[in-house]
This record gives sequence, structure tokens and C-alpha cells, in this order.
Amino acid sequence: MKHILLSHGAGGKEMTMLIEQVFLSRYGSQDFSKDDSATVLLGSHRLAFTTDSFVVDPLFFPGGDIGRLAVAGTVNDLLTAAARPLALSASFILEEGLEIDTLKAIATSMQQTAAECGVTIVTGDTKVVPKGSADKIFITTAGLGLVLRDGVSGAAALPGDKIILTGSVGDHGTAVMLAREKLLEGGEAIASDAAPLTDLVLSLIEAGCAIHTMRDPTRGGIAGSLNEIARQSQVSMEVEEALIPVNPAVAAACEALGLDVFKVANEGKMLIIVAPEDAARALELIQGKRYGTQARIIGAVGDKPAGRVKVRTTIGTSRILDPPSGDLLPRIC
Amino acid sequence: MKFIDEFRDKNLVQEIVRRIRSLADTPAAIMEVCGTHTMAAARFGLKSLLPEQVQLISGPGCPVCVTAQMDIDAFLALGDEANVVLASFGDMLRVPGSQTSLERRRAQGTAVRIVYAPLDAVELARQEPGKHVIFFGVGFETTMPAIAMAIRLAASLRLDNFSVLCVHKTMPAALRALLASGEVRVSGLLCPGHVTTIIGAAAYDFIPQEFGIPCAVTGFEPLDMLLGIEAILRQLHEGRPRVDNVYTRAVQVQPNPRAQALLAEVFDPCDAEWRGLGIIPGSGVKIREQYDHFDARTRFPEVWQRLAPAPPSPCRCGEVLRGVLRPKECPLFHQACTPSQPIGPCMVSSEGACAAAYRYDG
Repeated sequence: MKHILLSHGAGGKEMTMLIEQVFLSRYGSQDFSKDDSATVLLGSHRLAFTTDSFVVDPLFFPGGDIGRLAVAGTVNDLLTAAARPLALSASFILEEGLEIDTLKAIATSMQQTAAECGVTIVTGDTKVVPKGSADKIFITTAGLGLVLRDGVSGAAALPGDKIILTGSVGDHGTAVMLAREKLLEGGEAIASDAAPLTDLVLSLIEAGCAIHTMRDPTRGGIAGSLNEIARQSQVSMEVEEALIPVNPAVAAACEALGLDVFKVANEGKMLIIVAPEDAARALELIQGKRYGTQARIIGAVGDKPAGRVKVRTTIGTSRILDPPSGDLLPRIC
Repeated sequence: MKFIDEFRDKNLVQEIVRRIRSLADTPAAIMEVCGTHTMAAARFGLKSLLPEQVQLISGPGCPVCVTAQMDIDAFLALGDEANVVLASFGDMLRVPGSQTSLERRRAQGTAVRIVYAPLDAVELARQEPGKHVIFFGVGFETTMPAIAMAIRLAASLRLDNFSVLCVHKTMPAALRALLASGEVRVSGLLCPGHVTTIIGAAAYDFIPQEFGIPCAVTGFEPLDMLLGIEAILRQLHEGRPRVDNVYTRAVQVQPNPRAQALLAEVFDPCDAEWRGLGIIPGSGVKIREQYDHFDARTRFPEVWQRLAPAPPSPCRCGEVLRGVLRPKECPLFHQACTPSQPIGPCMVSSEGACAAAYRYDG
């Protein structure tokens, strides 16, 4: 492989390979996190630390914009480490010629999203590049959080655990794709789910639910996230297709476009893997929250074969839920 | 979802499976001709529902997969021409040519655009008058009317910067060649639902008549496919091969007259080379002389003059497409050949038999 391909950034096998062969082989220490957030010890406190970049096209789409995405995405990554988000940074790469009003609208959206989830943007950076050297605006964030519950990680799922999904899948990726390509009439009815899940996740931690793993299924969708967790934890998983909520318009759009909705990105959902005895209580708490009303227990963790995710189909058969491969939807976040 | 959920009804599926089991009194190898059938069977785990005597074999109905290596190389080579934009359906993006792929060419700076409809490629040409947009016309009868529309639209707009590399294939001729070769023993054919909306179910009458092989035209949901399998087993059981249409919500016995008129206006039949099947007389189409201004072969003939013959490859997609090698029997499967690093098209097309086996059977 001599050149970077779009598929290297699509959250699938190619990206895993790139990270392993280029980055991990050079600076991947023992502390290099395979989770969405790293954690570092500072005195008696454990901090969660994450970074993310946002390059979505178009900048504004039904249900959100690049600013809301940047704040919610960073906050949700901190939450996967069972951390209370404390502070964010936001750096902007701006293309010469971008309208200032566009930037203002994005900054307003970032402020509103940050206020919604009680986090503060405390620092940032601004660079402008010549026209054509970037596409309108790219945002890079970092996030800092205080870990409230130790050991929550993609490597901590245990056989017997239940898998909770906090709502419908496929909304964000489908909304962005339809907004960009204007593919289907009435496509604007599908809205991104971009949202910060602070209230939902912190309530579970405060209630003492025995959460083992959390992951926000962004690029690569739930198929990508479940496969990552199964590999990291060396467990198997089985989910029930009929229990996975999909909004009817999203299901129809994905059927029409030949997309696998399980591989389509979400930006306001969490996969939460919890000890079986706490599953019902956790589900009830989640369903009482604004972004969790459609939450379901979609399956369970098993032991063998390690790394394998299976799905029971609507007609009662069983098949593999394979991880995504290739560039399904470029620049969705 | 209407027209989807009804055809994924668990109770109805179980009912049809019961009927299939009662009919399966002899071993039957049923070929699903269409790649979309292959993918649907894998996605819904249909093989696990069938009795052991009933086997599904993948056929030559993945359009990307049957495209000859030379045709893929030619399209990629067209990217060397000045001011050219290569437009294609997304399926073709990662299909390996002898040296490179569209995905790699794009990374190295060739203008490659993925379109969802051929008319979008015409629109692209309109928007970029300084570029020449070449669309890769791949597909069976299902896709051909849309390409014909695009060519006709380009003609009515008098566009000078749009052409099509036409490598379309027609299904009945390929099925005749496959069955006549006698290489693969088939008890029945699940005929491709979408193709048949254009050509009509009567197009397969020669199969029961000349080869004594039962046919069923089916759709792409689990119930559609199971009803097709049941229809074939019933024909075998009764010893009366015919063409059953179990996709009546979309397919008629006679061809779609408007589509056929459009195809006749833009295309002429010709011989075509298929990966794995070789040159099959009358199994392709070429753009008619009247429209040859929109034929990439006419516009860029020098590309074919400098095109080197495809070097030998260890790829065995050809055998997979003829139904004589199952994906997992290929020594490259899951080893040298994966969806990220495909050696052949069957591993990377969304309708490819190897891709289906890799994704869903593990």
C-alpha cells in the first residue's frame, strides 16, 4: 500500500491496519489506548483524555451541523471512559474565502451544544489555508474528563453481560449522505441523531450500575463497534436483528441505496455493556432520558468463539455481523 | 416497511420451509443466477433453513464480476487521457484491474466520480464542459435502459464531452452457454427478478424446453427466494420443468415494451467476453452507429491500441462464476484475497459470491 485511500479513514479494517502499521508500530506504548478515550493518572484522580477531528460535508445537515457534531462527538468519547466531561478545546482549519457568517453559525451551535451538556470550551486555535488546500472548515477537538468509574473499557466485557443500545441506528450517516447527494425525494425527513449523552451516561454511573463497556457507534456503525469490543474483550456476542431499533425512513433509504444500516454511523447513540443483574435497572434509567426513549437490550455477550459477532435475523436464522470494510460514506463526521 | 416486512415474516418463512422439506425427495443443486440473490441468501442465512439435499450454487449474475479483465483495464487506462473524468457505479471502485483499481487511481489524482444513476454522469458532463466524462456501462438488462436514457439525453443536449464504455451483458445467452457446456450439473435455476422485469419471464422458456431444467423467477426477499426454491422442487417432483414466476408483483411474462424499444434504439446486439465464460455470441450490446459519438471506444480508440493483454493471475473467479468452484474451495479465499485486498472481483463486488461467503459465513 503506497498511498492513503479514503477507505483508510472509514473506521473499518483498513483503518485498523493503518493505525497498527504506521502509528502503533512507532509510538504505540503500553499506555496507548484502544478505546475512544485514554485515561491518565494525576495524583489520586484518573483523567480521561481524547481527541477527534471533524470534516463532514455538508457542514449543515438535517438534525445538526459540524459544530454540534464536534462537541457531542468529543463529549461522547469521554463518556465511554465513564468520565464526567470537564473541558474541550476546538481548533479550526479554515479555507480562504469561507463566509464569516457560516463560521458564526457553527460557533453558536458549538456553544449551544456545550451548554446543553454542561461542558466548557476553554481553548482553541485558528489556521487559515489557501483556497483549495482544505474544504471550507475542518475542526479538531480535544476533551478532558474526570473518570468516575474505573475499568470501563472495550476490553472489559464479560460473558453473560447484556448489550444495551440507547436508540435507533443509522440516522446520522443516512441523513448526511442524503443531504450531500440529494439522492432521494423526501430525504430531508431523515435527521441526524447528533447529541451529547452526558445526562444519560452519568445517571447510570451515579446509580452504580455495573457497566463494563461503553462505545458510541460512530463510523462503522454498531457492526464496527461490536466487533471491536468482541476482539478487545476476547468474547463473542449475539444480537437480535428484530430488537435493534431502526427508524422506518432510515430503513427504507438504506434498502434503496444498498447500505447495511448496521454499518452506518450514529452520533448520538451508545452501546452499553452491563452486568446481567443490572441490565433491567439500567435500561429503565436510560429510557427515562431524553436521548434514550427507544433504548433496548439487543443481545448478550458470550465466550466463544472469541471475537465473533453473530446476529439472529428476523426470519430466525443466524449469520455473522461482519466489521465494515471500505469507504461506505466518506466524510460523515 | 411495506413490501419488505411481509416478505421477511418468520411464520410464513417457516411454513414455506416445511413445504420445501416435504418436496425435497431427491438431491437438488439449485443455481441462484443473480448476485443479489447470492447476497440475500447469505444475509438471511437461507442455506441453514434448507434440507441437506437442497444445495444453492452461485451463478454468473454479478455484473461487476463477469466483466472481462481487459474491459476493466481499458476503463482504468482511459484515466490516462487528458481532462477525463471516470464515472462509475460505486461497485466498481475497488475491483482490481491488472495493475491498479479506480480507488487507487483516485488516490493518485485521476478524477473518479461515483454516481448513483447514469443520468448523474450526464449532469456532471454538463457542469464541467472542459472535461470529458466517461461512464463505465456495466450491468445486465436491468441497468441497460438507464444507460440508454443517459446516451439519448446526452444526444438531445448535443453534449460533446460525454461517452460510455459499454460492456453490458445479456443474461439468456450466458445461461444457454453455461448449460450447454455441461460443466456444472444444475437441477434448477432461480432466475434474476430485476433482469426479468425488462426481458419478461418468457425469455427463459428455452431452458425447460431444450435442457429440461426447471426455472423460477424470484424476487430478493427471503420469502421470494424460498418460494422460488419451492417452485423448482415442485417441478422436479412432478417431472414437469417449466418457468414459474413467483415474483408477480414486479415481473410479467412478456418483456417491458418501453424498455425494449429504448434498448433497440440505442444498442445493437454483439458478442461479448465474460470473465470465466469466454466470448459468448450475442451476449453483449454495443452502442449503435447513430450514437457512436457517445461511445468511448470510438472517441478514444488509441487507448485500446496501447492496452497490454491482461497478465496471468492466480484468481479463480471464473470458476466461481461458472458454479464449479465454491468460494471457500479457492485457495486464495480469506488468505491472499480479502475485501480489503481483493485479488478478484467476486471478493469485492456487493453481489460477489466470495464477498457474500466472507461477510456472512466467516
